[in-house]
Amino acid sequence: MRRLTRDRVTALLMLLPSLIVLAIFVYGFIGQTFYVSLTNWGRDPIQALALRPQLEFVWFENYGRLFSSVLEARFRQDLVNLVFFTVFFLGGSLLIGLVLAIALDQGVKGEGFFRTVFLFPFALSFIVTGTVWRWMLQPQGGVNVLPTVIGLPPGEFTWLTSRQRIWEFDWRSIPDFTAAVVALVLLLVAAQAWKGSRRGRAAAYAVAAALLIAWVASGTRGVELLPFPETKGFNLALIGIIIAAVWQMSGYTMALYLASLRGVPEELRESARVDGATEIQVYRHVVFPLLGPITLSAMIILGHISLKIFDLVFAMTGPDLATTSVPALLMYIRSFRANQFADGAAIAMVLLVMVATVIIPYLVTSLRGEVRR
Amino acid sequence: MTRRTHSRTARVIVYAVLLLATAFFLLPVYLVVVTAFKEPATIRLSTAWQLPESWYWQSFVIAWDTFSPKLRNSMILTISATALAAILGSLNGYVLSKWRFRGDNIVFPLMLFGMFIPYQSILIPLFQFLRDIGLYGSLQGLILTHVVYGIPITTLIFRNFYAEIPDEMLEAGKIDGAGFFGLYWWVVFPLSISGFVVVAIWQFTQIWNEFLFAVTLTRRATEPITVALAQLAGGEAVRWNLPMAGAILTALPTLIIYIILGRYFIRGLLAGSVKG
Repeated sequence: MRRLTRDRVTALLMLLPSLIVLAIFVYGFIGQTFYVSLTNWGRDPIQALALRPQLEFVWFENYGRLFSSVLEARFRQDLVNLVFFTVFFLGGSLLIGLVLAIALDQGVKGEGFFRTVFLFPFALSFIVTGTVWRWMLQPQGGVNVLPTVIGLPPGEFTWLTSRQRIWEFDWRSIPDFTAAVVALVLLLVAAQAWKGSRRGRAAAYAVAAALLIAWVASGTRGVELLPFPETKGFNLALIGIIIAAVWQMSGYTMALYLASLRGVPEELRESARVDGATEIQVYRHVVFPLLGPITLSAMIILGHISLKIFDLVFAMTGPDLATTSVPALLMYIRSFRANQFADGAAIAMVLLVMVATVIIPYLVTSLRGEVRR
Repeated sequence: MTRRTHSRTARVIVYAVLLLATAFFLLPVYLVVVTAFKEPATIRLSTAWQLPESWYWQSFVIAWDTFSPKLRNSMILTISATALAAILGSLNGYVLSKWRFRGDNIVFPLMLFGMFIPYQSILIPLFQFLRDIGLYGSLQGLILTHVVYGIPITTLIFRNFYAEIPDEMLEAGKIDGAGFFGLYWWVVFPLSISGFVVVAIWQFTQIWNEFLFAVTLTRRATEPITVALAQLAGGEAVRWNLPMAGAILTALPTLIIYIILGRYFIRGLLAGSVKG
């Protein structure tokens, strides 16, 4: 059936230009960025802007510095910021999106109006959203003076200019923390295996967990990240950026959830009601279990947007405020403001690896089902 | 649609949630409009929420004067990049859904990966490349960039769209002697109109709103509207009427599309999650 006819050849020839272009612009360029990240491009100011810069290999020195040089503390805080931003942005968007979708699924009047209102920010640029919310979050105005309209005292929080930091921790405790989390997961897996009466496997997982815990408890730091303690934490100035991002994207999750809710067969709900389930129980036992796949899709799509967040922060606090900075922004400043191209490339590669760990499994699993067809 | 019976309290809660959410989504809009129409001298932080004493149009006139070249850049950029990427995506989608070949299930995900990558990871070589071919700082360079990185999503949407066209229709065309282009032109293309609308809206919005490429690959004369807005709003001690008027001008084209063609917009949005 798949004989090589003339039309087949034409088809391949039509696809070929796109394939070649993407091979160069995606994979070739990623390769080149990786190469740049292994050089010293930018160290020597004369070479930095040369058309054909003379580059020397420094191998993984740039990466090493990012994670362990005292001078690169901003990058590490950017990573911490990104983690907090992602957690709250995802949590907020999913929660608000789900609540709104459920509310709209109750057969309310004016559903079309509400849907339009909830989703319109998604059509805006992050630059517009950022500009608008920067004005909303002026410490002496905007949201803070909103309560005074109805006679209440104004808000005190300084939003984007806040210097407060909570949940502080030492960057050097990250290996311990990671080990503890892994141990916890292993223990959970062990418990599952025990329940499934696979004793041998349960014991193996439990021993692995115990070893990790023992390593943490012993306090021996096999991995010395930094010579000095370095305090990191959740910068409260990020809250404003999180709110703006949730404002922009929760309509999107609402649309995903609503499409998914409308796909739940009415017979399923009806039969649950016949069995005497209340409306809340119908959601808990019938509807929510069916929302798993769409929640995962939404998490991955929002997650990769979140990891790449750049324009919103740029518009809200400018490129230079370290308290709200994220790696994507630091990469831009390093490369295109300071001409430290090698550093910028290394940051970009770290970013790419993070996004790829989220996206590749998603692409593989969601396309695998199709291919078997 | 009202199939469910609810108690009075349940209904009150539902509407309370919806109204609260409406306030959350619309309060910024109110503040932007009110600020944009205030005379600069009357803008005070403490009275930000009050209506303007008199409606002042001058901010829009000034914003229009500063922004109209940038709006023109954005229009040229967005329309040409959208059209080119849509045409390429349509052909690719046609090949990948109707002329499947050995290894297409490897090629397709490899293409799709290109729409998820953080563009920072290709930005430095892209910048060098555009400089080498003399397009750095030009609108053509930015158009090229958006066409290339638009191919994955347009291919994805068209491929999913064409998968719905029954193969029998093409078989019938083949019996009549139509080849690759004949089938595309007489069978597939006439059925793709709403596919093109979805793709066009999606790409238009994405490219109009884009900032990273715009800020790194253009110069003052060729920068699109998002860069101009970021600069206008970014300075210290800004007069807020201008950024707000500028934000409205920047938002208007995509908002109009969203309000008029919302149905297609949502289809594009759902197509963004790979399976379609």
